Amino acid sequence: MSGLTPLLVDGLFPNGIEHYALGGLLIGLGTAVIYLGTGVIAGASTFLESTLSYVSDLPRFNKAKYVASRDWRVVFTLSIVAGAALYTVLFGDGWWVSDVQPWRFAVGGVLVGVGTRIGKGCTSGHGVCGVGSRSRTSLVNVATFMLVAIGVAQLLSALGVSP
Amino acid sequence: MSDDERGLGFMLVVVAGGLIFGFGLAVSNMARPEVVLDFLQFDDFGLVFVMGGAAVVTGTVFALAEAFGDRAPLTGRDYGRRLKSFDKNVVVGGVVFGAGWGISGICPGAAYASLGVGNYPILIAIGGMFVGAYLQGLWRARRADSAATGTAAD
Repeated sequence: MSGLTPLLVDGLFPNGIEHYALGGLLIGLGTAVIYLGTGVIAGASTFLESTLSYVSDLPRFNKAKYVASRDWRVVFTLSIVAGAALYTVLFGDGWWVSDVQPWRFAVGGVLVGVGTRIGKGCTSGHGVCGVGSRSRTSLVNVATFMLVAIGVAQLLSALGVSP
Repeated sequence: MSDDERGLGFMLVVVAGGLIFGFGLAVSNMARPEVVLDFLQFDDFGLVFVMGGAAVVTGTVFALAEAFGDRAPLTGRDYGRRLKSFDKNVVVGGVVFGAGWGISGICPGAAYASLGVGNYPILIAIGGMFVGAYLQGLWRARRADSAATGTAAD
């Protein structure tokens, strides 16, 4: 091994790229299976609103499209949990628990919940399905959340918040 | 909307797709917030291959189905692409979502998968997402109400 290329690859991708690329292809494949079978483009965040229709009378959560899809969105979400568990049991190195501070999950979670609903999608809806659709709306949304997330994460890191 | 979103065949396809989707999130390590934060802090750019790889697959499948496919077998729906209308909320929502993603390293799909790899503290984030979605809905409803009464009073 010589030259700049391996050095650059090691620097940018210290954990290699294979499992990232393979995981990405599988994420796309899961979306494609549902799409080819049903014609539905399933994002992950609509589950939040459609599930709220079980417990809230707010018209916002009880739109016909949410009530009609809320059952399968629960099934979709539970299947995502099960798929990740399946990988962990079959090929993983044991159950894993994050060290990220709980307040980051609490504050970040609320903002993610607000943001996906204002912005009409998340990393799967806009990032995977919207970008795959070459939607300009999604490209703008993804560019926006990427830049902001990078800025916020770098700022927290600079302030000594870790992990 | 009809019962075509509740049939057994529909549900089985959703289960199959969800399992593969969650499996992929675990393979890619996106179920680990630390790995997402490593990307955002420029320590490991692997996430580009995850999102890129997934978008290449959906892009190819959407385009082929739209061009050569007829209707989805289980629902009779036309194959289309995901094209949402653009307004300023797309940017505002992106800013708020990005702030939350940068603080926590977690997004909805990855959060569900994170639970599957054993990361139980992620329930805090999932609870937070429900609170956020609820607050946003409540605020939208209030604003719609006040706009309606405001107009009436004028």
